[in-house]
Amino acid sequence: MTIKEKSEAIVEEFAIFDDWMDKYAHLIELGKELPIIDEKYKDESHLISGCQSRVWLHADYVNDNVVYTADSDAVITKGIISLLIRVMSDANPSEIYSSDFTFIDDIGLSTHLSPTRANGLVSMVKQMKLYAKALYLRAEK
Amino acid sequence: MGFKINSIRNDFPVLSTKVNGKQLVYLDNGATTHKPMQVIDRISNYYMTENSNVHRASYNLSHIATDLFENSRKFIANFINAASYREIIFTKGTTESVNLVASGFSDIITEGDEIIITVMEHHSNFVPWQQLCKKNKATLRFLSVLKDGTIDLSELLAMINSKTKLISITHISNVLGTINPVKKISEIAHNNGVPVFVDGAQAIAHANVDVSEIDCDFYCFSGHKAYGPMGIGVLYGKEEWLNRLSPYQYGGEMISSVNFKSTTFNELPYKFEAGTPNVAGALGLERSLRYIQDIGLDNIFKYEDDLLQYATKKFENIKGVMIIGNAKSKIPVISLNIEGLHPYDIGILLDQMGIAIRTGNHCAQPLMEALELPGTLRVSMALYNTKEEIDLFADALMKAIDMLT
Ligand SMILES: Cc1ncc(COP(=O)(O)O)c(C=O)c1O
Repeated sequence: MTIKEKSEAIVEEFAIFDDWMDKYAHLIELGKELPIIDEKYKDESHLISGCQSRVWLHADYVNDNVVYTADSDAVITKGIISLLIRVMSDANPSEIYSSDFTFIDDIGLSTHLSPTRANGLVSMVKQMKLYAKALYLRAEK
Repeated sequence: MGFKINSIRNDFPVLSTKVNGKQLVYLDNGATTHKPMQVIDRISNYYMTENSNVHRASYNLSHIATDLFENSRKFIANFINAASYREIIFTKGTTESVNLVASGFSDIITEGDEIIITVMEHHSNFVPWQQLCKKNKATLRFLSVLKDGTIDLSELLAMINSKTKLISITHISNVLGTINPVKKISEIAHNNGVPVFVDGAQAIAHANVDVSEIDCDFYCFSGHKAYGPMGIGVLYGKEEWLNRLSPYQYGGEMISSVNFKSTTFNELPYKFEAGTPNVAGALGLERSLRYIQDIGLDNIFKYEDDLLQYATKKFENIKGVMIIGNAKSKIPVISLNIEGLHPYDIGILLDQMGIAIRTGNHCAQPLMEALELPGTLRVSMALYNTKEEIDLFADALMKAIDMLT
């Protein structure tokens, strides 16, 4: 699936719930299921700044695709990360770099998260794109 | 006038707002309080009928504005029991008041001197002193916070010495709600020849503020935390101290005369009020303090303490919830730690349920570090809150905990 298709699938998945609390309940479930990042990456250098809760992000390059793992100390944040990973992970760097990740807006989540948290979201996407670019450039060499 | 909660609530238009289709439950009064119609009307009346620059012109409207502005100053002097209106400086708020005094003390503090603050300070009463000490090669020392959220005066007695040049302490902690023994602290400080600065941001609306009784050398607060407007606050300073400090900013009414070579500064309080002041803010602040006075400070304290006791009992009985800060003497501010859960997760779900509380470090990161917490959930109440709202919060909290575990 392309990033666009994966994003659309998520929007549909959330459209089932009419109630905001149900959307959040779903997000919390996703957060709890998120595979945990390898402990060795939970250090200062993997922390993303700009988030109110702590978020660690790591990226690997596997078969020309970027594979992300991440963790956070807040479970709703983990839910959001898990959506981002589902969409962005295992895609090739140029696709990641050229995509815009508006699906969070399309679910309506970003308006319901406080502005500082929405900024955290922006930092997370930015950092994921930077990883993709860096890994791509390194592989080019 | 007795305490009539329904008529009080009707004074505050914001309280009837809906959030996500639900009635707003506002429990973030430590951050800022709402404004009653009386204050809002006072400000619009000023702009509609009395607006003019102060201290400058000879026409009638300017005299009116100047008189109103100076009467507000006198009212505030009286409200906090200052010796004279000359000791009342209008500022933007608490933060600017601290910075003003820290800037003045940069001429007084020299290498090797010490300033004492506490671990529970808000960043606004922390960073200005930290920066001053850094610049002047002085040492900033910290009184620790005990398990119950209080400080230990014997630690202060041990810490104070001939190098101590200032003690700055919050009257009331914005995280723990603790009312600090500022009168005792002033006594200890003065016995050692040390001046005392008190941050009254959380006190002005919830405790008795009598600067003569406390005998502190400086006191400050913000209007917006006492049902008044944003952008106005007060610095109180004893005249002898204010006279010793250099101006903070230059220009406007703070000047007495200027020639090409030099400038002489105006006398107190104008020496510290550069530029056109926030006249509407000052009138609004006076109106908000009158509002408090009309209801009766003792009536308010009694009502708020009743809310505090009710909420404390209620929260103690929720599984996994721990109250951070159990001082005997507290205002209705309650910080909660929820076992195994991040405060942000809870804050987001509570927002969905129409409940406005604060999560995070509350601009007191050193305190969070000392308590070894990532942050807390803070419920801070005011005179318009009700037990029903505490119940709504408690139900919502239990629902959020349930969803997250
Ligand atoms: C104890 C304390 N000090 C200082 C401040 C800063 O006040 P302001 O932002 O009005 O300057 C606050 C506000 O949160 C506070 O609670």
